[in-house]
Amino acid sequence: MVEQFRSPRLWFAASFIALLALVPVIAALIGQPYYVTLFTRITVFGLAAVGLNLIVGFGGLVSFGHALYIGIGAYAVGILTYHGVTNGFAHLGAALAVGAVSAMLIGLVCLRASGIAFIMITLAFAQMFYFLAVSLRQYGGDDGLTISTRSDFGALTLDNPAVLYCTSLALLALTLYGFHRAVHSRFGMVLRGCKSNERRMIALGFPTLRYKLLAYVVSALVCVIAGVLLGNLTRYASPAYMQWIVSGDLIVMIVFGGMSTLLGPVVGSAAIVILEELLTGMRLGLPFGLDGAINAHWMALLGVLIILVVRMLKQGLYGSIAGRRRKPA
Amino acid sequence: MVEQLVKRYGGLAATDGLDISVETGEIHAVIGPNGAGKTTLINQLSGEIRPDAGRIVFDGQDITQTPAYRRSLLGMSRSYQITSVLLDFTALQNVAMAVQARAGHSFAFWTPAATDRSLIDPAREALAQVGLADRADTLAANLAHGEQRQLELAVALASRPKLLLLDEPMAGMGHAEAEGIVALLASLKGRYSMLLVEHDMDAVFALADRITVLVYGRPIACGAPDEIRSNPDVRDAYLGDQDAAA
Repeated sequence: MVEQFRSPRLWFAASFIALLALVPVIAALIGQPYYVTLFTRITVFGLAAVGLNLIVGFGGLVSFGHALYIGIGAYAVGILTYHGVTNGFAHLGAALAVGAVSAMLIGLVCLRASGIAFIMITLAFAQMFYFLAVSLRQYGGDDGLTISTRSDFGALTLDNPAVLYCTSLALLALTLYGFHRAVHSRFGMVLRGCKSNERRMIALGFPTLRYKLLAYVVSALVCVIAGVLLGNLTRYASPAYMQWIVSGDLIVMIVFGGMSTLLGPVVGSAAIVILEELLTGMRLGLPFGLDGAINAHWMALLGVLIILVVRMLKQGLYGSIAGRRRKPA
Repeated sequence: MVEQLVKRYGGLAATDGLDISVETGEIHAVIGPNGAGKTTLINQLSGEIRPDAGRIVFDGQDITQTPAYRRSLLGMSRSYQITSVLLDFTALQNVAMAVQARAGHSFAFWTPAATDRSLIDPAREALAQVGLADRADTLAANLAHGEQRQLELAVALASRPKLLLLDEPMAGMGHAEAEGIVALLASLKGRYSMLLVEHDMDAVFALADRITVLVYGRPIACGAPDEIRSNPDVRDAYLGDQDAAA
């Protein structure tokens, strides 16, 4: 324990979270309450990306279908609220239960494959759930489902944007610390060993499938929680949450921030969400209508930035900084 | 231990009705020209490929259908012809994984493995045994080829196996390094049973209690080193060829 708190990376992570915790205060001071919502998006997608990165960065399993679990979280809130169940713990419990069962079954199928086949099968499952959501006429079909009231967690009034934000941030911090312990534990070593050389791990006597499956399910459940938060943030459950584009966004966030670190995906989420915000709303007063062109074609510009970061910083934004500071062994 | 083992790839029988046994504490070497099915034999013993017919019995237990990871836990440990270690782990971590594999399940999520004495101490011991103690914290990827081979042995030893399956442990090693491995294996003799596949004839004749000569998946001779050396069939099929080539 003591050893860990000497590590500069842990200090950086702690200060990063502490800084994020100040956002509601700063937003109130400068009179821009919108920032709280923006940063809630960052923490929610950061949470999902951290969850996904457990298997991508540490297990070498690139799932291209984790948006599916965000969708399960959001729809659990949406559908239960639609039927008059507003209790937040019921929402969370149902979301986690459905998420766990789905992840277990889907994981068992996907994990029999590896490499490109794994990516494609995870994508196929996510698309299946996407079209399932579209076909749910009663729950809005492809228009999605408006969530009339936010999850009721008693004293935790998520209607207050600052409370919702702090809840998301606390869950993110908890997940990060839990994962920090997990990736250095025996379990984490097995997971990383499978990424490095699975054949060797089997020859050593590890039944690798069950370890990978557990990692997959945990990673899915973190995305489910992010989905519950997202539903509460947007008060909306939409099939769009499950689209492959969202899965792709999560992977971009992971790569952008650095997938060999725990905090990288959060940095990636912050960078992508803020860039999206800046580029779509930029009013710099550039000549020749450049502002408008950038606002309309922001994705192209974001694409260029992503290529630059990936090309120049192989370890991603945070990964490069963290890697450089680490003393050579 | 192995009875009438058969493995076919299409029309080619890589293992063709092979009987072979390794007695407790014995070093049994398998030699044969390239393509004789030596590695195929090891892969079937370790469980990475399934035989088409025949039985494998280990320690009185039929393990023909047992999955690879469980055979390892029963006490079979293998090294690969082409070095197979966890390249982005340190030497110590590589060996610690082998210790961990034997220490029951790894569904432990909270305690750091890196400071776990019950993993690290035996791992350091195994590294010291193969002479890699001072390279413990080096990434396996940064070890020299010979050192990676030593590491592979340390990993196999750390599993505390009853039977070591060694697939060309000296492959690609310099002369001095190979001698080191021979000395190491000789020092382990009697404590572990070993099935040794090796091309280095000096090493084989120095170490083995018994030698089986494999040609096209079929044993053509089996006996003590002296018998094999003087066996005319073997000289024709294998040793003679090598002399001619050399």
